[in-house]
Amino acid sequence: MSEELFTNLAIFVLSLLVGFEVMSKIPATLQTPMMSGANAIHGVVVVGAFVIAAEANSWVFYCLAFFGAFFAAVNVAGGYTVTDRMLGMFDRKPAAKKEDDQK
Amino acid sequence: MSALQTISSLIYLISAVCYVLGVHMMRSPKTARHGNGLSAVGMFLAVITIIVTIIVEGKIDAIGWIVLILGLALGILYGVVKARKVPMTDVPQLVSLFNAVGGGAAAVIGIFDYLLKGDGASLSIAFSLPVLLDVIIGGITFSGSLIATGKLSGHVSGKPITVPGARILNIIVVIAILASAWFMIGYPTNIWYVILALAMSLVFGLLMTLPIGGADMPVVVSLLNAFTGLAVAFAGFVINNQVLIIAGALVGAAGTILTLQMADAMNRSVANILAGGFGTGDSDTSSAADAVPVDVKETSADDIGLQLAYAQNVMIVPGYGLAAAQAQHEVAELAKVLTDKGINVNYAIHPVAGRMPGHMNVLLADVNVPYEQMKQLDDANPMFESTDVSLVIGANDVTNPLARESGNEISGMPILDVDKSKSVVVIKRSMSTGYAGVQNPLFSMDNTQMFFSDAKKGLQDIVASTKQYLE
Repeated sequence: MSEELFTNLAIFVLSLLVGFEVMSKIPATLQTPMMSGANAIHGVVVVGAFVIAAEANSWVFYCLAFFGAFFAAVNVAGGYTVTDRMLGMFDRKPAAKKEDDQK
Repeated sequence: MSALQTISSLIYLISAVCYVLGVHMMRSPKTARHGNGLSAVGMFLAVITIIVTIIVEGKIDAIGWIVLILGLALGILYGVVKARKVPMTDVPQLVSLFNAVGGGAAAVIGIFDYLLKGDGASLSIAFSLPVLLDVIIGGITFSGSLIATGKLSGHVSGKPITVPGARILNIIVVIAILASAWFMIGYPTNIWYVILALAMSLVFGLLMTLPIGGADMPVVVSLLNAFTGLAVAFAGFVINNQVLIIAGALVGAAGTILTLQMADAMNRSVANILAGGFGTGDSDTSSAADAVPVDVKETSADDIGLQLAYAQNVMIVPGYGLAAAQAQHEVAELAKVLTDKGINVNYAIHPVAGRMPGHMNVLLADVNVPYEQMKQLDDANPMFESTDVSLVIGANDVTNPLARESGNEISGMPILDVDKSKSVVVIKRSMSTGYAGVQNPLFSMDNTQMFFSDAKKGLQDIVASTKQYLE
């Protein structure tokens, strides 16, 4: 096994353990936003889209790079936006109530 | 390690820390939004780093820039517009769609590197194995999540879809995936091997999600989300990029725990759900057998309006049927009509009410229901004793008193003690059972009245009649 593969494997296994550990019991209210937030994090695949676009050198590879960039950008940009919108619902409540009171 | 590599590795490490802390902060409602923000900062750092890296390395050509920028611009535009415009009821399917494209992107990276680095030559197993896992898992989540999106949005039937001979078809597909794996690992690269692997994974994703009913989709979406995390981590192995490995593994593991918690909250096991063909959840899929006439009292919108107008304390119990009928505006209007006349209105929200755990809170918050009125299970249950009218809207299993007894499918599931209130009104389309498939004795209790209607239409009528009595 090469040193590079071993390093990556170690990082992978330890990150899995961190993932298991960081996700203890969370309130049901936050489960949907949490899923959406985790979904946005795997949008990091966009970094990979940059890497392959830099190596593309024929039309097959350009096509693949295009779809990689498009898919990853939808994932990362949409993921963070919709998560923020959902979580914004919770903390804009006091302000919205004041508006209602004024009516 | 060059200076550039050192700096970029350090920044990737910082962004990985942002993701972990971000997830950590998202566990509490107070810090959740900042947690997501922190994770977005990490993402921003990672993207800046890769932009600088490819500029300095200078390998990318003009067409590479064009396809990259075009793809990113279209993707950002589509993603942000969709995320901003989507009605809150449709958020689950949008998350599933974003998950699908994430898996797709990971698969594309695997295919790209297999074709580029392979180029007809033999590859080491250390390279081809991650490629294989990346393409297969990415392909499964891509098609599986698209089907989940379709089921949640109603484009694909929410009923479990089974094809004749599905078992044999499944076996054939698995054998084909194993065969493609055999060729990709043991033989010189060939474009057809990776196409076979991708095609069979896509078919497998379809076969996996089609037989699962609409009510179980949230758990499936969460599971596929964890899968995408793993696909992204394997993409990280393929292109030797640690930030992909860390973030992907983090989502894979955290997503798995989240999936188990969701299944648990819905009183289902993940294995059961994947076995498929069980619950459908949609209240309009009642079969004749479900509609066994039980001794129930029917009531009218007019009578419910009267009861509400003369009540002191009203508890609204929203369920899946309310979310499916998109009746959250109507319920908020009814509550406003009542509170304006000094009647106490609260919402009793079961952890799994709505289309996904926590989704009901989001829906109600979206129509400006005051946060203080949304009572969670533990706070709501003591309040039922002093409640005059409990209005159960499209909820079933979460109110079933059988859960307190042993020896049935929902034994031990936490429920809302609706039956303890003085009077119960249930708005429901039919007598069909919930997705647990258990009859609900609440409906035939002495203090319970049934109002058979679509949640949206029924609530509109009730609002009209309530106004009439309050004026």
